Amino acid sequence: MNRAKETSNLSGGGMSGIGGPGERILLKDVRPYGEGEPVDVLVAGGVIAEIGSGLTADADEILHADGAVVLPGFVDLHTHLREPGREDAETVETGSAAAALGGYTAVFAMANTDPVADNAVIVEHVWRRGREVGLVDVHPVGAVTAGLRGSELAELGTMARSAAKVRVFSDDGRCVDDPLLMRRALEYTGAFGAVVAQHAEDPRLTVQAQAHEGANAARLGLAGWPAPAEESIVARDCMLAGHTGGRLHVCHVSTSGTAEFLRWWRSQDGATAVSAEVTPHHLLLTDDVLGNYDPVHKVNPPLRADADVHALRRALADGTLDCVATDHAPHAAQDKDCEWSAARPGMLGLQTALGVVLHTMLEPGLLDWRGVARVMSEHPARIAGLADQGRPVAEGEPANLVLVDPETRWTVRGAELASVSANTPFEGMELPGRVMATMLRGRITAHEGKIARAEGER
Amino acid sequence: MASRQQAGAAAPAGQRELLSAGDVARTIARIAHQIIEKTALDTGNDHVVLLGVPTRGAPLARRLGACIAEFSGVTVPTGVLDITLYRDDLRKQPNRPLEPSSLPAEGVDGALVVLVDDVLFSGRTVRSALDALRDQGRPRAVQLAVLVDRGHRELPIRADYVGKNVPTSRSEDVAVRLTETDGADSVLLRRQETPTAGRETR
Amino acid sequence: MIRHLLSAESLDADTATGVLDTADALKQTLLGREVRKLPTLRGRTVVTMFYENSTRTRVSFEVAGKWMSADVINVSATGSSTSKGESLRDTALTLSAAGADCVIVRHPASGAAHRLAGWLDEAGTQVVNAGDGMHEHPTQALLDAATLRERLGELTGRRVAIVGDLLHSRVARSNVHLLRTLGAEVVLVAPPTLVPSGVQHWGAEVRHELDPVLAGVDAVMMLRVQAERMHGGFFPSAREYSIAYGMNETRLGLLPEHAVVLHPGPMLRGMEIAPDVADSPRAAVNEQVRNGVHVRMAVLYHLLAGEEVAA
Repeated sequence: MNRAKETSNLSGGGMSGIGGPGERILLKDVRPYGEGEPVDVLVAGGVIAEIGSGLTADADEILHADGAVVLPGFVDLHTHLREPGREDAETVETGSAAAALGGYTAVFAMANTDPVADNAVIVEHVWRRGREVGLVDVHPVGAVTAGLRGSELAELGTMARSAAKVRVFSDDGRCVDDPLLMRRALEYTGAFGAVVAQHAEDPRLTVQAQAHEGANAARLGLAGWPAPAEESIVARDCMLAGHTGGRLHVCHVSTSGTAEFLRWWRSQDGATAVSAEVTPHHLLLTDDVLGNYDPVHKVNPPLRADADVHALRRALADGTLDCVATDHAPHAAQDKDCEWSAARPGMLGLQTALGVVLHTMLEPGLLDWRGVARVMSEHPARIAGLADQGRPVAEGEPANLVLVDPETRWTVRGAELASVSANTPFEGMELPGRVMATMLRGRITAHEGKIARAEGER
Repeated sequence: MASRQQAGAAAPAGQRELLSAGDVARTIARIAHQIIEKTALDTGNDHVVLLGVPTRGAPLARRLGACIAEFSGVTVPTGVLDITLYRDDLRKQPNRPLEPSSLPAEGVDGALVVLVDDVLFSGRTVRSALDALRDQGRPRAVQLAVLVDRGHRELPIRADYVGKNVPTSRSEDVAVRLTETDGADSVLLRRQETPTAGRETR
Repeated sequence: MIRHLLSAESLDADTATGVLDTADALKQTLLGREVRKLPTLRGRTVVTMFYENSTRTRVSFEVAGKWMSADVINVSATGSSTSKGESLRDTALTLSAAGADCVIVRHPASGAAHRLAGWLDEAGTQVVNAGDGMHEHPTQALLDAATLRERLGELTGRRVAIVGDLLHSRVARSNVHLLRTLGAEVVLVAPPTLVPSGVQHWGAEVRHELDPVLAGVDAVMMLRVQAERMHGGFFPSAREYSIAYGMNETRLGLLPEHAVVLHPGPMLRGMEIAPDVADSPRAAVNEQVRNGVHVRMAVLYHLLAGEEVAA
């Protein structure tokens, strides 16, 4: 592939081995942040070499983007890749593919694998698998407590100093509910500038909880998951973070009360580094969809009421919530094709996140494309301390990019998603915005809905 | 259901009146006489019970009872025997509301039961009625009285008392109308929209 | 024509009244008979699948099926439905493939009957919910309504109090829906800890004191207090609950003369209902059980005896 071949879109025969550190790719007619007239972007050596009109530089590949929006590649702080342990639900490879197809260039793989990622061996394994697959940067999240048991701290420092350089710790799926342990975690991680991502759920308030405590749960006879179970932990953790100077990240904020509290807390003088994420599904779905008891809608925290959904959208728009994180949670068919209470909570998210964010935030005017870049890329990269992600679309910056065709709408089909599992709650839904291409350090990883693997790799 | 026929009104196209209101009354009276005679009712030997099969067998049985009382001075207990739960064609038609059976207080054990129905067709209703009756007790004998016998039997069943024998084709429909259920008395022969073989039209 | 009976909420007034009328007709039909057997469902196979112990409900369905001449097969699924053993879906599909025309299911998970109906719909197997978790128990509501109709006549404009553990009770949910569908007013009485949040959408009045309610009602339904709730911190003690919400002789005196006391059973005598109340002619507990058989016969009749649904 030495010669530039021009086709209507991406030039270059075959999908394997497109681009690379040494290759030059010219993106024709792209609109950075969806602003202004289309320009050309030349990517070379893994960085953005030049931005301008009518670039004709000698390139190995030319991608005719027809005015597609170019944004920094997305960063997901909250992904479950299920490897090791539940490769029947997802693997690092399939999850990476889903991420690349969804426009992501970096994902954080949650620690609740089997065995748990609570030690250097497991986090290095996940990190290495991510590198081997090479479609996105896979950053393992380390467990806060040994075995996610919530009783003693995991070897946080060892994981931080490992090859995986863990900087995000979380017991996600479980709450670090012991206040003393949470305090210690916030303090201890300060030594290496890490963040503790809390799954805020007071377990005493959610015994056997199955659905958002409210009218629908009452009608359907599902034990309620009350909003204060989240809000009380968030309030407590903010105060612990304020007291210790530790960095707190609140996972999947789901209630208007949490948003309201965070807005107040972050307006206080001296409020320390607290960040928060919201999932696409909490931006779109409410517990009104629970009526047929299909566990594809079961998730933790649960789908909530309409007022919560709208409060979360406002909070994401005004910066109270920093970012969107998918909580991509693949589950094998048998873990969903059962009665509600026996089903595992969680939903696929990587390939639908952009569409849902465009639908819920961009289309109603709550965010512009710069805003989308902020919540999908810049903020999560900053929270996790990633230097080469979430950077501006500018000359000299790393070429971690996503090209979005804003005009095309597509229909979600779980069976067609790249994940091993198919548990999407958006089945049959039409979403705006199609990922035209994703680029990781100057190399195209996904293009037109297909994965483009690096040469010499699987 | 077709609209009600007023007594004496000319039958619309596609319908023929088999019995007028007056014919119905005369026919019932004649059957009453036959029952009195055949059961030797006035000798008081037999305990006779009239059981109507809903819907229209029920008022017919009551009218027969009234005639019998008038002609013979003997009061014959009457009742209703719902056979819906005994039908063999339940799965071929939408389910229908049940009419509870109401048997005379003295029951049917040892009695001569006369089953009363409006139309005798395939015989399946009567078979169901015999099954239903068996669960109610053990009559000494069972007889059958019908207002119209239209032929096309599918079972070895015959009526003991027949108001009128009417040769029909399967594509036709015999509609008995009674004041109690339909506002007026008459029997009509109609062309059926969709012929249903072997289904009693009641 | 109903395909499955999954909830009382899904019953409209006509269907519910139809089932109750059929139950009444069946009761009259069988009254005083020596042979209580109807050939109606001959050759139809009904499977009861009980994942929770409930002798009374299972036996009631079994008798109902047998009096209609259906072949009734009881499958008692031991233990819980969770990861151990065969999945609910596989069990149901097996029973359907083995020829079950109707599956009657009792399950600790809310929505289990809905899930079954989803899996079995294609095969043409019909599902009756015999109690799913904290969700619904529609045949209990139907038999309660049948009992109230016998005692009070039509339910339109009648006022019924439902007293006790509204939070966890599927009997309460089904009764609220059905009573309101049949035109009755419902007043719910419970300590606040046993009232589900979101109850304001149930279209029923909620009260925390029992005594002031009694004079204005035509019937009182006492819900069973489950043992595990007594230690769950929902109320301080069984004694305090009994004092505040138990139906005793004194409270019976506060009810209008014609008012009926219902209890879905099994009763905790001395807890939610005093023994002399349970045995008084004002209580309709035994009638409820008797009507249960006829109501379930009627349900099977409406589901299974009708026109075959093209599969």
